Amino acid sequence: MLTVSKYVFLDLLKNRSILVYSIVLAVLSFTLLGLSGGSAKGLLSLLNITLLFVPVITTLFATIYFFNSLEFIELLLSQPVKRTGILLSEYAGMALSLAAAFILGVGLPLLIMVPVAASFMLVLTGVLLTFIFTSVALLIFVLSKDKTRGIGAAIIVSLFFTLLFDGLMMAFIFTFSDYPIDRALVGIMSFNPVDLARVLMLLQLDVAVLMGYSGALFKEFLGSATGSIYSVACMICWAVAPLLLAIRVFRKKDL
Amino acid sequence: MLIRILLCCFLLPHALHAAVIRMGPSALLQTVADKAQPGDTILVAAGLYPQHDIIIRKPLTIIGENYPVFDGGKQYQVFIVTAENVRIQGITVQHTGRSSLVDMAGIRLQNVSGAVIQNCRFLETTYAVYIQHSRHCTVTGNQIKASATDELQSGNGIHAWKSDSLLIKGNTIAGHRDGIYFEFVTGSSILHNVSYNNIRYGLHFMFSHHDTYSHNTFRNNGAGVAVMYTKDVTMTANTFYHNWGDASYGILLKDISDSRITGNRFSKNTIGIFMEGSSRIHISRNEFSSNGWAMRVQASCEANVIEQNNFVDNSFDVATNGTMMLNTFRGNYWDKYEGYDLNRDGTGDVPYHPVSVYSILSERIPATMILYRSFLTNIMDQAEKVMPSIIPDQLRDDAPKTKKWKL
Repeated sequence: MLTVSKYVFLDLLKNRSILVYSIVLAVLSFTLLGLSGGSAKGLLSLLNITLLFVPVITTLFATIYFFNSLEFIELLLSQPVKRTGILLSEYAGMALSLAAAFILGVGLPLLIMVPVAASFMLVLTGVLLTFIFTSVALLIFVLSKDKTRGIGAAIIVSLFFTLLFDGLMMAFIFTFSDYPIDRALVGIMSFNPVDLARVLMLLQLDVAVLMGYSGALFKEFLGSATGSIYSVACMICWAVAPLLLAIRVFRKKDL
Repeated sequence: MLIRILLCCFLLPHALHAAVIRMGPSALLQTVADKAQPGDTILVAAGLYPQHDIIIRKPLTIIGENYPVFDGGKQYQVFIVTAENVRIQGITVQHTGRSSLVDMAGIRLQNVSGAVIQNCRFLETTYAVYIQHSRHCTVTGNQIKASATDELQSGNGIHAWKSDSLLIKGNTIAGHRDGIYFEFVTGSSILHNVSYNNIRYGLHFMFSHHDTYSHNTFRNNGAGVAVMYTKDVTMTANTFYHNWGDASYGILLKDISDSRITGNRFSKNTIGIFMEGSSRIHISRNEFSSNGWAMRVQASCEANVIEQNNFVDNSFDVATNGTMMLNTFRGNYWDKYEGYDLNRDGTGDVPYHPVSVYSILSERIPATMILYRSFLTNIMDQAEKVMPSIIPDQLRDDAPKTKKWKL
């Protein structure tokens, strides 16, 4: 299993896309942090980049890569190895290399320019998002019949989480604005890893007070240790659940 | 030379008349003060004086050498001044009592005029200087420090009530309920003070007309500065820094009219200026930087002019709670302005709308704040900029500057 992971990892390095991804992130981070003098403002802009880029690029890239390595997977399956093992090692290789790229591209500039606790949180949320959307990509891969549909699904899913979900949430807030929905919102937010990541990160910065009264409620829950653990746990669930589902489907899939 | 001789002639009798009395920790200041003649100077040697409720009934000058310590034993008031022209200088007053019936003060000025309190230190007092019904008093260069923890159990650093023509200058005040508190105080000046880490307001102003405060620094106070129910206040060259919290303001203006706010710096406050029911205020040449909201102008404000200010790095520039806007914004510099200046006269050719659509939404429904900094709200703001429909159209700067004002 480790061998397969290693091959995936090496293949991705040769691919150079990961390298480009890492360099783009690094350039963006250095420029943003440099422009704003490495303050909380820089962290916020970087957060926006992370929340937009990581889900979209991870999902798209991972889906395309999985489809491209379909023949390799089929070849491996002709050997006496378990399907679960192969899928897991594909996932591990992909997620780890994307996470490594993110850590290099964003973590390193942060470590140099803004070495504070919030930066660590940003890297952590980025890595978690990478794991989550790689596993979502894997699920898309095992569920879709061909590459075109897979990529289409990947685009829709990533847009759903970065944009559409917030739109629906906004509609929900407007519709039920006369009711005490603050608690419900925390619940709804658990269904979107991107929102979880954003709020988790915002509460680390002092812009959190801008969120006012309802922010105080979020802060009371999400800002506390239990809340942080809850959101991280939710995000881990978001990584594990699609992965398990993908394995289940893949085990029975007719290739 | 002639003038000097004349001066000597005038001053000499006074000087001869006034005696200098020295006293040490073994003597009671009350006894010494009662025996002294009006105009005498009492020199207090360094040491600990566990004396309290010392009533100064004559115009005396009390000067401490190396800050003698007057201790109220956490039960009593320390000085009560009831005579005109008393001067207290260079002493330490500490540990006054706390009571629900009496406002326990380090130095209380009661119905007097011409009192001077200078270069004193106040440690852990409930009220450090308490001025009531007095005129022409001066409080300068004092260090006032306490460690109050909640509003109900604490008092104000400098508390003035129903007074006139006070000068509060160069004091440092920390850890009280309100740093400086003015109620029914007229024609007074508050200059060059530093007020920080107070639980409620750095400066609290009520019904105090024709006052000036300038060159003060207010930072890290629970709720910043509050100016209420007052007309004709001049606020110039003050610094409002890091008044940061769920309900914190740089300045809270409530029912203020005919006033001037010029040359101040508002930096890192949750809300730089909060205005409610205020009218005819001229806000000019201020710098608003890195605030949550630079200004929050409620619809109940009218005829205010906001011009020649710099708005830089604020999360939101202006917020309001209605569509009515009777105030004028003109010639300000906004860092978020994206218009153009074809004739290069330094003034943008398209108006700037300082209220973003997201700030309107969050004003109407606070719960939308949960989407703060999400991609969706960024898109909404951009879309609204292209085609304004929700933001109040009257709230706009018709002549925004394209370059920062040099302030």
